[in-house]
Amino acid sequence: MIFIQPFFDMVGDPVLFLQVIWEGFVTGILYSLIAFGFVLIFKASGVFNFAQGIMVVFAALTLVGLHEAGVSAFVALPATILVMYVLAFSVERLVLRSLVNQPDIILFMATIGLTFFLIGFGEFIFGGEPKMMITEELLLPYDSITFFDDMLILQEIDIAASIIAALSLVFLALFLGKTKIGIALRAVADDHQAALSVGISLNTIWVVVWFISGVIALITGIMWGAKSDVSFALSIIALKALPVLILGGFTSVRGAIVGGLIIGIGEKIGEFYWGGLVGGSIEGWLAYMIALFFLFFRPQGLFGEKIIERV
Amino acid sequence: MERKIGETLLGVEHISLSFGGVKALTDISFNIREKEVFAIIGPNGAGKTSMLNVINGFYHPQQGEIHFKGLHRKQMRPHEAAVQGIARTFQNVALFKGMSTLNNIMAGRNLKMKTNLFWQALYYGPARTEEMINREYVEDIIDFLEIQAIRRTPVGKLPYGLQKRVELGRALAMDPELLLLDEPMAGMNIEEKQDMCRFIIDINEQYGTTIVLIEHDMGVVMDLSERLIVLDYGRKIAEGTPDEIRGNQVVIDAYLGVAHTN
Repeated sequence: MIFIQPFFDMVGDPVLFLQVIWEGFVTGILYSLIAFGFVLIFKASGVFNFAQGIMVVFAALTLVGLHEAGVSAFVALPATILVMYVLAFSVERLVLRSLVNQPDIILFMATIGLTFFLIGFGEFIFGGEPKMMITEELLLPYDSITFFDDMLILQEIDIAASIIAALSLVFLALFLGKTKIGIALRAVADDHQAALSVGISLNTIWVVVWFISGVIALITGIMWGAKSDVSFALSIIALKALPVLILGGFTSVRGAIVGGLIIGIGEKIGEFYWGGLVGGSIEGWLAYMIALFFLFFRPQGLFGEKIIERV
Repeated sequence: MERKIGETLLGVEHISLSFGGVKALTDISFNIREKEVFAIIGPNGAGKTSMLNVINGFYHPQQGEIHFKGLHRKQMRPHEAAVQGIARTFQNVALFKGMSTLNNIMAGRNLKMKTNLFWQALYYGPARTEEMINREYVEDIIDFLEIQAIRRTPVGKLPYGLQKRVELGRALAMDPELLLLDEPMAGMNIEEKQDMCRFIIDINEQYGTTIVLIEHDMGVVMDLSERLIVLDYGRKIAEGTPDEIRGNQVVIDAYLGVAHTN
Protein backbone atom coordinates (compact mmCIF):
# COMPACT_ATOMS: atom_id res chain seq x y z
CA MET A 1 0.00 0.00 0.00
CA ILE A 2 1.53 3.25 -1.09
CA PHE A 3 -0.23 5.20 1.66
CA ILE A 4 1.24 3.00 4.38
CA GLN A 5 4.77 3.01 2.98
CA PRO A 6 5.56 6.56 4.17
CA PHE A 7 5.15 5.47 7.81
CA PHE A 8 7.88 2.89 7.30
CA ASP A 9 10.01 5.60 5.70
CA MET A 10 9.58 7.77 8.79
CA VAL A 11 10.66 5.03 11.17
CA GLY A 12 13.35 3.84 8.80
CA ASP A 13 15.16 7.18 8.70
CA PRO A 14 14.40 9.04 11.94
CA VAL A 15 17.00 11.75 11.33
CA LEU A 16 15.42 12.67 8.05
CA PHE A 17 12.03 12.62 9.77
CA LEU A 18 13.42 14.99 12.39
CA GLN A 19 14.66 17.29 9.62
CA VAL A 20 11.19 17.37 8.07
CA ILE A 21 9.57 18.11 11.41
CA TRP A 22 12.05 20.92 12.04
CA GLU A 23 11.29 22.48 8.65
CA GLY A 24 7.61 22.21 9.47
CA PHE A 25 8.13 23.73 12.90
CA VAL A 26 9.91 26.76 11.50
CA THR A 27 7.22 27.37 8.90
CA GLY A 28 4.56 26.68 11.49
CA ILE A 29 5.77 29.17 14.03
CA LEU A 30 5.79 31.87 11.36
CA TYR A 31 2.22 30.87 10.43
CA SER A 32 1.37 31.21 14.11
CA LEU A 33 2.79 34.69 14.14
CA ILE A 34 0.78 35.76 11.10
CA ALA A 35 -2.36 34.15 12.50
CA PHE A 36 -1.76 35.99 15.72
CA GLY A 37 -1.92 39.31 13.89
CA PHE A 38 -5.31 38.30 12.52
CA VAL A 39 -6.62 37.06 15.89
CA LEU A 40 -5.69 40.33 17.54
CA ILE A 41 -7.68 42.47 15.14
CA PHE A 42 -10.48 39.93 14.95
CA LYS A 43 -10.83 40.01 18.72
CA ALA A 44 -10.89 43.76 18.88
CA SER A 45 -13.19 44.51 16.00
CA GLY A 46 -14.77 41.22 14.97
CA VAL A 47 -13.24 41.67 11.57
CA PHE A 48 -11.03 39.50 9.44
CA ASN A 49 -8.29 41.94 8.53
CA PHE A 50 -7.71 41.28 4.86
CA ALA A 51 -4.83 43.75 4.89
CA GLN A 52 -2.67 41.71 7.30
CA GLY A 53 -0.74 40.08 4.45
CA ILE A 54 0.05 43.32 2.74
CA MET A 55 1.06 44.83 6.06
CA VAL A 56 3.78 42.16 6.26
CA VAL A 57 5.07 43.23 2.84
CA PHE A 58 4.70 46.90 3.59
CA ALA A 59 6.64 46.63 6.85
CA ALA A 60 9.44 44.62 5.26
CA LEU A 61 9.62 46.96 2.27
CA THR A 62 9.81 49.99 4.53
CA LEU A 63 12.68 48.48 6.45
CA VAL A 64 14.63 47.49 3.32
CA GLY A 65 13.68 50.71 1.54
CA LEU A 66 14.97 52.87 4.36
CA HIS A 67 18.21 50.90 4.40
CA GLU A 68 18.60 51.33 0.64
CA ALA A 69 18.14 55.05 1.12
CA GLY A 70 21.28 54.99 3.27
CA VAL A 71 19.82 54.71 6.73
CA SER A 72 21.73 52.32 8.98
CA ALA A 73 19.89 49.12 9.85
CA PHE A 74 19.58 49.94 13.52
CA VAL A 75 18.02 53.29 12.81
CA ALA A 76 15.81 51.84 10.09
CA LEU A 77 14.31 49.27 12.47
CA PRO A 78 12.85 51.71 15.02
CA ALA A 79 11.94 54.02 12.15
CA THR A 80 9.91 51.21 10.59
CA ILE A 81 8.18 50.56 13.91
CA LEU A 82 7.34 54.25 13.98
CA VAL A 83 5.93 53.99 10.45
CA MET A 84 3.74 51.08 11.60
CA TYR A 85 2.48 53.23 14.45
CA VAL A 86 1.64 56.05 12.05
CA LEU A 87 -0.14 53.51 9.87
CA ALA A 88 -2.18 52.21 12.83
CA PHE A 89 -3.01 55.74 13.88
CA SER A 90 -4.10 56.74 10.36
CA VAL A 91 -6.20 53.60 9.88
CA GLU A 92 -8.04 54.37 13.10
CA ARG A 93 -8.45 58.06 12.33
CA LEU A 94 -9.34 57.83 8.65
CA VAL A 95 -11.10 54.47 8.32
CA LEU A 96 -12.34 52.87 11.54
CA ARG A 97 -13.50 55.93 13.42
CA SER A 98 -16.25 56.65 10.94
CA LEU A 99 -17.34 53.00 10.93
CA VAL A 100 -18.18 52.50 14.63
CA ASN A 101 -21.28 50.34 15.07
CA GLN A 102 -21.40 49.40 11.40
CA PRO A 103 -21.94 45.75 10.44
CA ASP A 104 -18.79 43.61 10.33
CA ILE A 105 -18.98 43.17 6.59
CA ILE A 106 -18.52 46.93 6.13
CA LEU A 107 -15.35 46.85 8.20
CA PHE A 108 -14.19 43.82 6.23
CA MET A 109 -14.68 45.72 2.97
CA ALA A 110 -12.72 48.60 4.45
CA THR A 111 -9.75 46.30 5.09
CA ILE A 112 -9.91 45.12 1.46
CA GLY A 113 -9.81 48.75 0.44
CA LEU A 114 -6.84 49.27 2.72
CA THR A 115 -5.07 46.33 1.06
CA PHE A 116 -5.29 47.90 -2.39
CA PHE A 117 -4.26 51.25 -1.03
CA LEU A 118 -1.15 49.74 0.59
CA ILE A 119 -0.23 47.83 -2.57
CA GLY A 120 -0.44 51.00 -4.63
CA PHE A 121 1.24 53.16 -2.04
CA GLY A 122 4.03 50.60 -1.49
CA GLU A 123 4.76 50.27 -5.19
CA PHE A 124 4.69 54.03 -5.63
CA ILE A 125 7.32 54.57 -2.96
CA PHE A 126 9.49 51.45 -3.08
CA GLY A 127 8.94 50.19 -6.61
CA GLY A 128 7.61 46.78 -7.59
CA GLU A 129 10.79 44.72 -7.92
CA PRO A 130 11.75 42.15 -5.25
CA LYS A 131 14.39 43.20 -2.72
CA MET A 132 16.81 41.33 -0.49
CA MET A 133 16.11 41.36 3.22
CA ILE A 134 18.95 43.04 5.12
CA THR A 135 19.64 39.94 7.17
CA GLU A 136 23.34 40.52 7.80
CA GLU A 137 22.93 44.16 8.71
CA LEU A 138 20.40 43.22 11.39
CA LEU A 139 23.03 40.82 12.79
CA LEU A 140 20.88 37.80 12.11
CA PRO A 141 22.98 34.66 11.68
CA TYR A 142 23.07 33.01 8.27
CA ASP A 143 25.25 29.94 8.79
CA SER A 144 23.95 26.49 9.39
CA ILE A 145 24.77 23.94 12.03
CA THR A 146 24.69 20.23 11.46
CA PHE A 147 24.13 17.14 13.56
CA PHE A 148 24.48 13.38 12.99
CA ASP A 149 27.32 13.59 10.43
CA ASP A 150 25.68 16.34 8.37
CA MET A 151 22.43 14.43 8.16
CA LEU A 152 20.43 17.00 10.13
CA ILE A 153 20.96 20.57 8.95
CA LEU A 154 19.56 23.50 10.89
CA GLN A 155 19.79 26.97 9.39
CA GLU A 156 20.78 29.46 12.05
CA ILE A 157 18.34 31.98 10.64
CA ASP A 158 15.57 29.45 11.22
CA ILE A 159 16.65 28.98 14.80
CA ALA A 160 16.74 32.74 15.32
CA ALA A 161 13.33 33.09 13.68
CA SER A 162 11.83 30.44 15.96
CA ILE A 163 13.27 32.01 19.07
CA ILE A 164 12.17 35.51 18.16
CA ALA A 165 8.71 34.35 17.09
CA ALA A 166 8.30 32.24 20.23
CA LEU A 167 9.35 35.12 22.46
CA SER A 168 6.96 37.52 20.73
CA LEU A 169 4.11 35.05 21.05
CA VAL A 170 4.73 34.47 24.75
CA PHE A 171 5.01 38.17 25.42
CA LEU A 172 1.82 38.96 23.49
CA ALA A 173 -0.12 36.11 25.08
CA LEU A 174 0.81 37.45 28.51
CA PHE A 175 -0.05 40.95 27.44
CA LEU A 176 -3.51 39.92 26.33
CA GLY A 177 -4.25 37.51 29.13
CA LYS A 178 -3.14 39.53 32.10
CA THR A 179 -3.65 43.18 31.30
CA LYS A 180 -6.77 45.26 31.46
CA ILE A 181 -6.20 45.94 27.78
CA GLY A 182 -6.81 42.23 27.31
CA ILE A 183 -10.25 42.37 28.91
CA ALA A 184 -10.99 45.69 27.22
CA LEU A 185 -10.13 44.10 23.90
CA ARG A 186 -12.57 41.25 24.35
CA ALA A 187 -15.16 43.71 25.55
CA VAL A 188 -14.76 45.80 22.41
CA ALA A 189 -15.03 42.69 20.26
CA ASP A 190 -18.31 41.70 21.90
CA ASP A 191 -20.20 44.96 21.92
CA HIS A 192 -19.02 48.41 20.87
CA GLN A 193 -21.74 50.34 22.70
CA ALA A 194 -21.43 48.46 25.94
CA ALA A 195 -17.65 48.85 25.85
CA LEU A 196 -18.00 52.59 25.42
CA SER A 197 -20.45 52.77 28.29
CA VAL A 198 -17.96 51.30 30.77
CA GLY A 199 -15.36 53.82 29.70
CA ILE A 200 -13.28 51.84 27.25
CA SER A 201 -12.04 54.12 24.50
CA LEU A 202 -12.56 52.33 21.18
CA ASN A 203 -10.12 54.65 19.47
CA THR A 204 -7.25 53.84 21.81
CA ILE A 205 -7.90 50.10 21.66
CA TRP A 206 -7.95 50.14 17.88
CA VAL A 207 -4.72 52.06 17.60
CA VAL A 208 -3.10 49.65 20.06
CA VAL A 209 -4.20 46.47 18.25
CA TRP A 210 -3.38 47.76 14.79
CA PHE A 211 0.01 48.89 16.01
CA ILE A 212 0.76 45.51 17.59
CA SER A 213 -0.42 43.79 14.41
CA GLY A 214 1.90 46.10 12.50
CA VAL A 215 4.87 45.11 14.66
CA ILE A 216 3.98 41.43 14.25
CA ALA A 217 3.80 42.04 10.51
CA LEU A 218 7.29 43.54 10.65
CA ILE A 219 8.72 40.55 12.54
CA THR A 220 7.07 38.15 10.10
CA GLY A 221 8.29 40.22 7.18
CA ILE A 222 11.90 40.14 8.37
CA MET A 223 11.89 36.40 9.02
CA TRP A 224 10.05 35.41 5.90
CA GLY A 225 11.96 37.92 3.82
CA ALA A 226 15.21 36.34 5.00
CA LYS A 227 14.03 32.94 3.77
CA SER A 228 12.95 34.14 0.33
CA ASP A 229 12.99 37.79 -0.63
CA VAL A 230 10.83 40.82 -0.03
CA SER A 231 8.21 41.22 -2.72
CA PHE A 232 4.47 41.64 -2.99
CA ALA A 233 4.15 37.89 -3.54
CA LEU A 234 4.91 37.57 0.17
CA SER A 235 1.39 38.67 0.99
CA ILE A 236 0.15 35.31 -0.34
CA ILE A 237 1.63 33.48 2.65
CA ALA A 238 -0.73 35.48 4.83
CA LEU A 239 -3.56 33.50 3.27
CA LYS A 240 -2.06 30.44 4.93
CA ALA A 241 -3.21 32.00 8.16
CA LEU A 242 -6.77 31.24 7.12
CA PRO A 243 -6.58 27.46 7.63
CA VAL A 244 -4.59 28.12 10.80
CA LEU A 245 -7.40 30.29 12.10
CA ILE A 246 -10.09 27.82 11.11
CA LEU A 247 -8.14 25.14 12.92
CA GLY A 248 -7.34 27.14 16.03
CA GLY A 249 -10.37 29.35 16.29
CA PHE A 250 -10.57 32.98 15.24
CA THR A 251 -10.63 34.32 18.76
CA SER A 252 -7.99 32.21 20.43
CA VAL A 253 -4.37 33.13 20.97
CA ARG A 254 -3.52 29.56 21.97
CA GLY A 255 -5.39 28.40 18.88
CA ALA A 256 -3.24 30.54 16.63
CA ILE A 257 -0.06 29.06 18.10
CA VAL A 258 -1.13 25.42 18.12
CA GLY A 259 -2.93 25.75 14.79
CA GLY A 260 0.12 27.28 13.16
CA LEU A 261 2.34 24.44 14.33
CA ILE A 262 -0.11 21.72 13.26
CA ILE A 263 -0.51 23.23 9.81
CA GLY A 264 3.22 23.92 9.39
CA ILE A 265 4.39 20.47 10.45
CA GLY A 266 1.44 18.73 8.81
CA GLU A 267 2.01 20.21 5.39
CA LYS A 268 5.75 19.55 5.43
CA ILE A 269 5.25 15.90 6.40
CA GLY A 270 2.47 15.56 3.86
CA GLU A 271 4.55 17.10 1.11
CA PHE A 272 7.68 15.13 1.85
CA TYR A 273 6.24 11.66 2.43
CA TRP A 274 3.00 11.60 0.49
CA GLY A 275 3.58 14.37 -2.04
CA GLY A 276 5.54 12.16 -4.41
CA LEU A 277 2.87 9.48 -4.32
CA VAL A 278 0.15 11.74 -5.66
CA GLY A 279 2.23 13.77 -8.08
CA GLY A 280 3.75 16.35 -5.72
CA SER A 281 3.18 19.89 -4.57
CA ILE A 282 0.38 19.15 -2.18
CA GLU A 283 1.89 21.71 0.20
CA GLY A 284 -0.25 24.39 -1.39
CA TRP A 285 -3.60 22.87 -0.57
CA LEU A 286 -3.01 20.36 2.21
CA ALA A 287 -3.40 23.05 4.86
CA TYR A 288 -6.90 23.82 3.63
CA MET A 289 -7.78 20.13 3.63
CA ILE A 290 -6.64 19.77 7.24
CA ALA A 291 -8.72 22.81 8.17
CA LEU A 292 -11.75 21.47 6.34
CA PHE A 293 -11.40 18.16 8.14
CA PHE A 294 -11.37 19.94 11.49
CA LEU A 295 -14.43 21.97 10.59
CA PHE A 296 -16.50 18.78 10.56
CA PHE A 297 -15.77 18.12 14.21
CA ARG A 298 -15.21 21.51 15.78
CA PRO A 299 -16.76 24.33 13.78
CA GLN A 300 -15.55 26.88 16.32
CA GLY A 301 -11.94 25.68 16.02
CA LEU A 302 -9.81 23.93 18.62
CA PHE A 303 -9.86 26.73 21.17
CA GLY A 304 -12.44 29.10 19.75
CA GLU A 305 -15.22 30.45 21.91
CA LYS A 306 -18.48 28.63 21.40
CA ILE A 307 -20.85 30.84 19.52
CA ILE A 308 -23.88 31.29 21.70
CA GLU A 309 -27.01 32.35 19.92
CA ARG A 310 -30.29 32.58 21.78
CA VAL A 311 -33.46 32.26 19.83
CA MET B 1 -32.50 56.16 56.02
CA GLU B 2 -29.58 58.57 55.81
CA ARG B 3 -30.21 59.48 52.24
CA LYS B 4 -30.65 63.17 51.57
CA ILE B 5 -31.66 64.73 48.30
CA GLY B 6 -29.04 67.36 47.61
CA GLU B 7 -27.98 69.88 45.02
CA THR B 8 -28.50 69.56 41.30
CA LEU B 9 -26.21 66.83 39.96
CA LEU B 10 -27.21 66.90 36.33
CA GLY B 11 -28.85 69.77 34.54
CA VAL B 12 -30.33 69.47 31.08
CA GLU B 13 -30.95 72.77 29.37
CA HIS B 14 -32.94 73.30 26.20
CA ILE B 15 -31.75 70.14 24.51
CA SER B 16 -32.88 69.63 20.91
CA LEU B 17 -31.84 66.64 18.87
CA SER B 18 -32.79 65.73 15.35
CA PHE B 19 -31.82 63.09 12.82
CA GLY B 20 -32.14 64.72 9.42
CA GLY B 21 -35.70 65.99 9.35
CA VAL B 22 -36.89 63.90 12.28
CA LYS B 23 -36.98 65.75 15.55
CA ALA B 24 -36.24 63.29 18.33
CA LEU B 25 -36.10 65.82 21.15
CA THR B 26 -37.35 69.39 21.22
CA ASP B 27 -36.23 71.91 23.83
CA ILE B 28 -36.04 69.60 26.82
CA SER B 29 -34.96 70.95 30.20
CA PHE B 30 -34.91 69.34 33.62
CA ASN B 31 -32.71 68.94 36.67
CA ILE B 32 -31.71 65.81 38.49
CA ARG B 33 -30.69 66.25 42.09
CA GLU B 34 -28.08 64.31 43.99
CA LYS B 35 -29.21 60.97 45.35
CA GLU B 36 -32.71 61.04 43.93
CA VAL B 37 -34.46 58.45 41.82
CA PHE B 38 -35.70 60.21 38.75
CA ALA B 39 -37.91 58.60 36.12
CA ILE B 40 -38.51 59.42 32.48
CA ILE B 41 -41.74 58.02 31.11
CA GLY B 42 -43.72 58.40 27.93
CA PRO B 43 -45.34 56.38 25.15
CA ASN B 44 -43.20 54.40 22.69
CA GLY B 45 -41.06 56.60 20.48
CA ALA B 46 -41.37 59.58 22.80
CA GLY B 47 -37.59 60.06 22.92
CA LYS B 48 -36.77 58.54 26.30
CA THR B 49 -33.84 56.46 25.16
CA SER B 50 -32.61 59.33 22.97
CA MET B 51 -32.53 61.44 26.12
CA LEU B 52 -30.35 58.86 27.90
CA ASN B 53 -28.11 58.64 24.85
CA VAL B 54 -27.64 62.39 24.97
CA ILE B 55 -26.75 62.28 28.66
CA ASN B 56 -24.07 59.64 28.25
CA GLY B 57 -22.68 61.02 25.03
CA PHE B 58 -23.85 58.55 22.37
CA TYR B 59 -25.85 61.32 20.70
CA HIS B 60 -24.71 64.89 20.28
CA PRO B 61 -27.63 67.33 20.47
CA GLN B 62 -27.77 70.18 17.94
CA GLN B 63 -28.85 72.63 20.59
CA GLY B 64 -28.70 72.95 24.32
CA GLU B 65 -26.27 72.21 27.10
CA ILE B 66 -25.76 69.68 29.79
CA HIS B 67 -24.01 70.31 33.04
CA PHE B 68 -22.85 67.51 35.27
CA LYS B 69 -21.26 68.15 38.65
CA GLY B 70 -21.04 71.83 37.78
CA LEU B 71 -19.19 71.21 34.50
CA HIS B 72 -20.87 72.55 31.39
CA ARG B 73 -20.55 70.77 28.11
CA LYS B 74 -22.00 70.87 24.66
CA GLN B 75 -20.91 67.41 23.75
CA MET B 76 -18.91 64.59 25.18
CA ARG B 77 -17.82 61.18 24.02
CA PRO B 78 -19.25 58.10 25.76
CA HIS B 79 -16.02 57.01 27.39
CA GLU B 80 -15.54 60.52 28.73
CA ALA B 81 -18.99 60.31 30.28
CA ALA B 82 -17.90 57.08 31.91
CA VAL B 83 -14.74 58.73 33.25
CA GLN B 84 -16.87 61.46 34.84
CA GLY B 85 -19.02 58.90 36.64
CA ILE B 86 -22.00 58.19 34.41
CA ALA B 87 -22.86 54.50 34.01
CA ARG B 88 -25.76 52.96 32.18
CA THR B 89 -27.61 49.82 31.18
CA PHE B 90 -29.29 49.26 27.85
CA GLN B 91 -32.84 48.57 26.76
CA ASN B 92 -31.76 45.53 24.75
CA VAL B 93 -29.09 44.13 27.09
CA ALA B 94 -25.58 44.94 25.84
CA LEU B 95 -23.25 42.49 27.56
CA PHE B 96 -19.98 40.90 26.51
CA LYS B 97 -21.67 37.62 25.68
CA GLY B 98 -18.62 35.39 25.36
CA MET B 99 -17.20 36.43 28.74
CA SER B 100 -18.15 35.12 32.17
CA THR B 101 -20.31 37.07 34.61
CA LEU B 102 -17.21 37.81 36.64
CA ASN B 103 -15.27 39.19 33.68
CA ASN B 104 -18.22 41.25 32.52
CA ILE B 105 -18.39 42.95 35.87
CA MET B 106 -14.58 43.23 35.99
CA ALA B 107 -14.78 45.08 32.68
CA GLY B 108 -16.74 47.70 34.59
CA ARG B 109 -13.65 48.25 36.75
CA ASN B 110 -11.62 49.06 33.65
CA LEU B 111 -11.35 52.75 34.48
CA LYS B 112 -10.32 52.12 38.08
CA MET B 113 -7.28 50.06 37.14
CA LYS B 114 -4.36 52.37 36.70
CA THR B 115 -1.10 50.43 36.88
CA ASN B 116 0.90 50.46 33.69
CA LEU B 117 0.98 47.74 31.09
CA PHE B 118 4.42 46.57 32.09
CA TRP B 119 3.33 45.44 35.57
CA GLN B 120 0.06 44.14 34.25
CA ALA B 121 1.78 41.96 31.69
CA LEU B 122 4.00 40.50 34.40
CA TYR B 123 1.04 40.30 36.79
CA TYR B 124 3.33 41.27 39.59
CA GLY B 125 3.84 44.06 42.08
CA PRO B 126 1.32 46.91 41.98
CA ALA B 127 -0.76 45.19 39.30
CA ARG B 128 -1.40 42.25 41.57
CA THR B 129 -2.48 44.37 44.51
CA GLU B 130 -4.70 46.41 42.26
CA GLU B 131 -6.31 43.34 40.77
CA MET B 132 -7.07 42.02 44.26
CA ILE B 133 -8.65 45.27 45.42
CA ASN B 134 -10.82 45.48 42.33
CA ARG B 135 -11.67 41.82 42.49
CA GLU B 136 -12.90 42.32 46.03
CA TYR B 137 -15.09 45.19 44.92
CA VAL B 138 -16.55 43.01 42.19
CA GLU B 139 -17.18 40.15 44.60
CA ASP B 140 -19.15 42.53 46.82
CA ILE B 141 -21.33 43.45 43.88
CA ILE B 142 -21.84 39.80 43.01
CA ASP B 143 -22.98 39.16 46.59
CA PHE B 144 -25.16 42.22 46.57
CA LEU B 145 -26.96 41.16 43.38
CA GLU B 146 -27.16 37.54 44.53
CA ILE B 147 -25.53 36.10 41.43
CA GLN B 148 -22.79 33.99 43.06
CA ALA B 149 -24.08 30.87 41.34
CA ILE B 150 -23.47 32.18 37.82
CA ARG B 151 -20.13 33.90 38.26
CA ARG B 152 -18.28 31.56 35.88
CA THR B 153 -21.08 31.15 33.35
CA PRO B 154 -20.68 32.87 29.97
CA VAL B 155 -23.43 35.48 30.08
CA GLY B 156 -24.74 34.56 26.63
CA LYS B 157 -26.10 31.38 28.19
CA LEU B 158 -28.02 33.10 30.96
CA PRO B 159 -31.76 33.76 30.90
CA TYR B 160 -32.82 37.28 30.12
CA GLY B 161 -33.65 38.33 33.68
CA LEU B 162 -30.21 37.35 34.92
CA GLN B 163 -28.50 39.06 31.99
CA LYS B 164 -30.20 42.28 33.02
CA ARG B 165 -28.90 41.76 36.52
CA VAL B 166 -25.34 41.19 35.31
CA GLU B 167 -25.60 44.34 33.22
CA LEU B 168 -26.66 46.23 36.31
CA GLY B 169 -23.66 44.75 38.11
CA ARG B 170 -21.29 45.94 35.41
CA ALA B 171 -22.68 49.47 35.65
CA LEU B 172 -22.38 49.35 39.46
CA ALA B 173 -18.77 48.22 39.23
CA MET B 174 -17.95 51.60 37.73
CA ASP B 175 -18.87 53.12 41.11
CA PRO B 176 -20.94 55.72 39.26
CA GLU B 177 -22.44 58.90 40.62
CA LEU B 178 -25.20 58.79 38.07
CA LEU B 179 -26.74 55.53 36.95
CA LEU B 180 -28.93 55.47 33.86
CA LEU B 181 -31.27 52.49 33.65
CA ASP B 182 -33.06 51.96 30.37
CA GLU B 183 -36.11 49.77 31.01
CA PRO B 184 -34.44 47.55 33.62
CA MET B 185 -37.63 45.52 34.06
CA ALA B 186 -38.78 45.05 30.47
CA GLY B 187 -39.74 41.46 29.76
CA MET B 188 -39.46 40.27 33.36
CA ASN B 189 -41.97 38.32 35.39
CA ILE B 190 -43.38 39.70 38.64
CA GLU B 191 -40.85 37.99 40.86
CA GLU B 192 -37.92 39.22 38.79
CA LYS B 193 -39.41 42.71 38.78
CA GLN B 194 -39.66 42.69 42.55
CA ASP B 195 -36.02 41.64 42.83
CA MET B 196 -34.95 44.37 40.45
CA CYS B 197 -36.97 46.99 42.37
CA ARG B 198 -35.29 45.90 45.57
CA PHE B 199 -31.85 46.21 43.99
CA ILE B 200 -32.59 49.66 42.64
CA ILE B 201 -33.80 50.89 46.03
CA ASP B 202 -30.77 49.33 47.77
CA ILE B 203 -28.31 50.83 45.29
CA ASN B 204 -29.85 54.21 45.86
CA GLU B 205 -29.73 53.87 49.62
CA GLN B 206 -26.50 51.95 50.24
CA TYR B 207 -24.28 53.42 47.56
CA GLY B 208 -26.03 56.79 47.46
CA THR B 209 -26.17 56.61 43.68
CA THR B 210 -28.39 58.98 41.76
CA ILE B 211 -30.61 57.00 39.44
CA VAL B 212 -32.38 57.90 36.22
CA LEU B 213 -34.92 55.31 35.25
CA ILE B 214 -36.88 54.68 32.09
CA GLU B 215 -39.72 52.25 32.66
CA HIS B 216 -43.08 51.37 31.21
CA ASP B 217 -44.49 49.64 34.27
CA MET B 218 -46.35 52.53 35.91
CA GLY B 219 -46.68 50.75 39.24
CA VAL B 220 -42.91 50.42 39.44
CA VAL B 221 -42.28 54.00 38.36
CA MET B 222 -44.75 55.47 40.83
CA ASP B 223 -43.29 53.39 43.68
CA LEU B 224 -39.63 53.99 42.99
CA SER B 225 -39.23 57.51 41.77
CA GLU B 226 -39.29 60.75 43.70
CA ARG B 227 -39.84 62.87 40.63
CA LEU B 228 -40.46 62.18 36.98
CA ILE B 229 -40.87 63.85 33.63
CA VAL B 230 -43.18 62.76 30.86
CA LEU B 231 -42.09 62.93 27.23
CA ASP B 232 -44.37 62.74 24.21
CA TYR B 233 -43.26 63.20 20.61
CA GLY B 234 -39.89 64.51 21.83
CA ARG B 235 -41.37 67.22 24.03
CA LYS B 236 -41.62 67.43 27.79
CA ILE B 237 -45.30 67.54 28.63
CA ALA B 238 -45.15 67.25 32.40
CA GLU B 239 -42.81 67.18 35.38
CA GLY B 240 -43.50 66.49 39.02
CA THR B 241 -43.93 63.97 41.80
CA PRO B 242 -45.74 60.71 41.04
CA ASP B 243 -48.90 62.04 42.67
CA GLU B 244 -48.90 65.18 40.57
CA ILE B 245 -48.35 63.17 37.38
CA ARG B 246 -51.08 60.67 38.16
CA GLY B 247 -53.72 63.36 38.08
CA ASN B 248 -52.29 65.31 35.14
CA GLN B 249 -54.81 65.51 32.29
CA VAL B 250 -52.19 66.13 29.58
CA VAL B 251 -50.37 62.94 30.58
CA ILE B 252 -53.56 60.90 30.61
CA ASP B 253 -54.35 62.22 27.12
CA ALA B 254 -50.89 61.34 25.84
CA TYR B 255 -51.21 57.78 27.04
CA LEU B 256 -54.84 57.13 26.25
CA GLY B 257 -55.27 59.42 23.27
CA VAL B 258 -57.78 62.25 22.99
CA ALA B 259 -61.15 61.94 21.35
CA HIS B 260 -61.29 64.33 18.40
CA THR B 261 -64.62 66.01 18.12
CA ASN B 262 -65.34 67.83 14.91
